[in-house]
Amino acid sequence: MKKGYFGDFGGRFAPELLMPPLLELEEAMARIMAGEPFQRELADLLTHFVGRPTALYHCANLSRELGFGLWLKREDLAHTGAHKINNTVGQALLAKHMGKTRLVAETGAGQHGVATATAAALLGLECIVYMGAEDVVRQAHNVQRMELLGATVRPVDSGSRTLKDAINAAMRHWIAEQGTTHYCLGSAVGPHPFPLLVRELQAVIGREALDQIQARIGVLPDQVVACVGGGSNAIGMFHAFVPHAQVALIGVEAAGDGSPGCCHSATLSTGTTGVLHGTMTKLLQTVEGQILASHSLAPGLDYPGVGPEHAHLQALGRAQYVCVTDDQALAAFMRLARTEGILPALESSHALAYALKLTGTLPQTANVVICLSGRGDKDLEIVRQELLKREG
Amino acid sequence: MSTSYLTEKITKALAQGRKAVMPYLPAGYPTKEAFWKHIDDLDAAGADIIEIGVPFSDPVADGPVVEQAALCCLEQNVNLAWILEELHRRRPTIQAGIVLMGYMNPFLQYGMDKLARDAARAGVNGLIIADLPLEESNGPRKLLQEHGVDLIPLVGLNSSPERLRAHAEEATGFVYFVSVMGTTGVREALPEQLQDALTQAKQIFPIPLALGFGLHAPSQLQGVESVVDGVVMGSALIRHIDSTGSVGSFLAPWIDSQ
Ligand SMILES: Cc1ncc(COP(=O)(O)O)c(C=O)c1O
Repeated sequence: MKKGYFGDFGGRFAPELLMPPLLELEEAMARIMAGEPFQRELADLLTHFVGRPTALYHCANLSRELGFGLWLKREDLAHTGAHKINNTVGQALLAKHMGKTRLVAETGAGQHGVATATAAALLGLECIVYMGAEDVVRQAHNVQRMELLGATVRPVDSGSRTLKDAINAAMRHWIAEQGTTHYCLGSAVGPHPFPLLVRELQAVIGREALDQIQARIGVLPDQVVACVGGGSNAIGMFHAFVPHAQVALIGVEAAGDGSPGCCHSATLSTGTTGVLHGTMTKLLQTVEGQILASHSLAPGLDYPGVGPEHAHLQALGRAQYVCVTDDQALAAFMRLARTEGILPALESSHALAYALKLTGTLPQTANVVICLSGRGDKDLEIVRQELLKREG
Repeated sequence: MSTSYLTEKITKALAQGRKAVMPYLPAGYPTKEAFWKHIDDLDAAGADIIEIGVPFSDPVADGPVVEQAALCCLEQNVNLAWILEELHRRRPTIQAGIVLMGYMNPFLQYGMDKLARDAARAGVNGLIIADLPLEESNGPRKLLQEHGVDLIPLVGLNSSPERLRAHAEEATGFVYFVSVMGTTGVREALPEQLQDALTQAKQIFPIPLALGFGLHAPSQLQGVESVVDGVVMGSALIRHIDSTGSVGSFLAPWIDSQ
């Protein structure tokens, strides 16, 4: 396989000025991150700071209603309330070992921004977070959290004013400040080695889930499900299960309001191959190669690209990618809250909504494990407004 | 291999005792009509090579002025097919060398093979792809070279001697040296290390060396005159057009003062 590629996807389509820091990062992964001292330090932080292992929770109430066993990998219980912290603690630690003094990041839902600001505070690094102006409004609560953690939030007013534009701004910043700065990318996207780096740091989710489910029921699950924005929680969840062919891997994308041709975020389901943010992957784009604005109720899924490894798993037929609408995700959010006492992030609600659709289609003995990528506290304002809208 | 038309253009300018002048303008800026008038005016004013920007929705290597201009072009539905068609029609009356400068995805969607053919047919002499580093460039370069179109490499202050040498082995036309660690956009002062970096690059590349990003006045070249063969002006030209409505005397200081 070509260097930095997953089959036909991936690679490194970045300006020449970014090649030196990308090569430096690749070298640091091999020299520092692969080493035993780094791994020990990281494991210690994951246990005592992040709160790993996170629980694997059997939804007894919902399982009765659905007619099969439903399990949640509780990334919402990790420090800061989402899986994003696994990645940022790892990258911040690596950056520190590389002698960098500052992290720059982009954020959509704000979860990655909060997680980066948290890791930066912990490790004594400066932190600058770019965020689409639209998302600054949608996720005001997380903006406040980042600022309290000592980060500088820079609203991005160009383009669609969401995640993709925040990534453009963060990359520009990195080009200019590469000597002192590490770009702490928030998902399994971007030029090589980022998709690999983020996957390695998120793979802890699936490793734990695999051990936990086997310890509990003695067999592998039938399906493993995760929502896909850039694809980091999903690839982290899938990675340990990929070699187990009998386990179906399902990635759930956002279909927005579901109307055909509307702007949505279902990149793998409806996109075409192209290059964005340094990587060859599936994209929402015009036939002329202009990137389309995406849309989802869940800000963390609002991205017109996807990690290249997912495009590869899809091409191989090893993973399947399906879509869920805003309405279905909102219904799933409400249902989990009422039946199990858990408020899921709107992103994670997409994965859950897929599982709810399986009612009556699986045998009683089937087991489905969902990555509950984050908690819903950040989404309360969006949910409140949506409910008001629906009540008319 | 025959000498590249772009190399020839620069060599001619140098023979006249001046640096090659290479204005950059996004295709369709500020309007589709006005754009071609500006190209004709730049050509008449003595531009040696004209860089036509191919607009892209997500231009990560560009600053705010070029990004805004590119988005303005996209709003008028400018695309590669239109650029190449118009260029094909108008090329016989344009003296300057023509380079298309853009990002990978629009080129990729057009089809690299078809692009190489149609670009050559339209009289394009070279391509600059801002997000195509050395490692990914072999395939596109071969396709373009088969049709006599140069793939111009971008290098910068952080390019190691090893990378410069690797580029030098492949490059034809000229090499584009990015003057700053950052995006396009006018800067008052150029970085201090520039002189040493340019001198090093000049020794490594057998083809002419053009300097771009941040240029607005010939006085900025003080100290690097002897190693720079050409200059590229983008944001400064866009601003000039914004404030005066025409190309006017924009190139004069670059051509006359030298
Ligand atoms: C809670 C939560 N889940 C999922 C995502 C989607 O990202 P990814 O696909 O990289 O896991 C986000 C992104 O912000 C998020 O905050």
